[in-house]
Amino acid sequence: MSVEAVTLTNEEAARRRIGATAVLAALVVLLMLISLGIGPVRLSPLAVAEALFGGGSEVSQVIVREIRLPRTLLALAIGAILGLSGASLQGLLRNPLASPSLFGAPQSAAFGAVLVIALGLADVRSYALPVAAIVAAFVSVFVLLAIAGRNAGLLILILSGLAISSFAGAATALVMNLSSNPFLVLEIAFWLLGSLEDRSFQHVMLAFPFIIAGALMLFSQRHAFRALSLGEETAQSLGVDVGRLRLFVISGVALGVGGAVAVTGTIGFIGLVAPHLMRPLIGHDPGRLLVPSALTGSALLLAADIAVRIIPSTSDIKVGVLTSIIGVPFFLYLIMRERRALGGGVA
Amino acid sequence: MSEAALLTARGLGVRLAGRVVLKDVSLALSPGHLVALVGPNGAGKTTLLRALAGLIPSEGEITVGGDALASLPLRERAKRFGYLPQGHLVHWPLPARDIVALGRYPHGATDPARLSPKDAEAVLRAMQAVDVMEFSDRRVTELSGGERSRVALARALAVEAPIILADEPTASLDPRHQIDVMKNLRATADKGVLVIVVTHDLGLAARFADHVLVLKEGNLVSWGTPSEGLSERVMADVFRISAYRAEYQREAVIVPWADI
Repeated sequence: MSVEAVTLTNEEAARRRIGATAVLAALVVLLMLISLGIGPVRLSPLAVAEALFGGGSEVSQVIVREIRLPRTLLALAIGAILGLSGASLQGLLRNPLASPSLFGAPQSAAFGAVLVIALGLADVRSYALPVAAIVAAFVSVFVLLAIAGRNAGLLILILSGLAISSFAGAATALVMNLSSNPFLVLEIAFWLLGSLEDRSFQHVMLAFPFIIAGALMLFSQRHAFRALSLGEETAQSLGVDVGRLRLFVISGVALGVGGAVAVTGTIGFIGLVAPHLMRPLIGHDPGRLLVPSALTGSALLLAADIAVRIIPSTSDIKVGVLTSIIGVPFFLYLIMRERRALGGGVA
Repeated sequence: MSEAALLTARGLGVRLAGRVVLKDVSLALSPGHLVALVGPNGAGKTTLLRALAGLIPSEGEITVGGDALASLPLRERAKRFGYLPQGHLVHWPLPARDIVALGRYPHGATDPARLSPKDAEAVLRAMQAVDVMEFSDRRVTELSGGERSRVALARALAVEAPIILADEPTASLDPRHQIDVMKNLRATADKGVLVIVVTHDLGLAARFADHVLVLKEGNLVSWGTPSEGLSERVMADVFRISAYRAEYQREAVIVPWADI
């Protein structure tokens, strides 16, 4: 065998990956056009494209560019950061059940935001909100990784995640419990359900800087995740600064999830599901899963947000409720598949 | 060990969680040697290996090729040691070739899909050296224990570092694969690499190593050629056993025989 034989097989796998990624990107664009077209006034994808680039009637331009575009952009970015966060946590912990929502990060971020609102420190459009959400998310992921230690098994991670998300939930409930203002309680409750309705460019400006910063931090570590496939000690012997990598992932996830939760509330399970959908297509290399997982996250959240507008119901279904209703059975399916590893942890 | 030393340690000590695991170890090892690091369970063998590679904090002074280890950045250290830990763990079902290619990570080849010709040649050399080309495309998680240990060894060889540190590379392998791995390490040493192998198999150590280092309770208590380093007195004091000793095909044979 020659050197060409080594590189040739690599190129074939690379072509398949690039193909899958391109198809995903096209799907995301299509879903964006559909998302922009759906609402009280239905517009075809073609009319949407026209309105986006300054064509068509003035009314359709206002509808698409000012009313629906912020919502669609938020679904795109938040889906992407959730998928990327899930893939990064799975890469860091070398564990297919790792994800922000199972670790209580969105729930903690929501607590941070709720606390700021309840204390009257900020209204829902101030930067104090994402900052509080990010700090709370950072603390939750940091505590979880500190409890888990260097080589945590599945069971410890899931149990610590359960404890942290329960605690964040209880703390949020306490804030609502102690709050004397019923309108405030209602606002917090609706917001905790997770929704993209009626979001403006102000919300986009609030969330995007943090989401983009978090995404860049996570993406910059893609090669380190690959080396980490061999365990922390070997990765370190290959020149990976494992301590720095952990800090990058915690910070990236906190920035992304905190920024997202601050404008939409908790939207769960996209981070868990996205990497799993990609492994059969892309392979298990944790470095290569990041971008496809982000695209899948976008596609999932865009699709869910389209679905809540199409499903006929007396009251609006919140997108966070829908992702959890679909995500939790998927989680159960994963537990069944990983039953052996989990059972081994108990014994 | 009279030639210029490649790896030296002076007054090396390690504490883990307040407990002294290694104390005052000094050594000087030269290129082209296979060194066996032996000792009872808990003697500090793995700790010494980790400390030498700079993977855990230690007291004392370590030099590699004349440079103080502490002064070398992480990436530079990584180029000087091929580190093969116990267990040959791989967390994701990646193809064997991608695992071996990770050996080029310290050289900047962080993506196995985009290897430079130089890196691809190094990967190929390593895979051919331990004969794993045939399962290049197979997932490591689907390989047998013996096959996986060879892939892990190829990964450490692909670094093409002047020093290889292998922690129990023969553990849980059948006799044929044990000999196979030791032959590969011997051949690597013969190419001018310093190979340090932790092992419990005194027979393999006696047969393949140029030198043995014997650890007991964190102290370096004996060293030298296998027959000197593993003398009857050392076997009794350190391992608390007697051994059958002989020579076969002009190589030392030591077979642990009875507890004393």
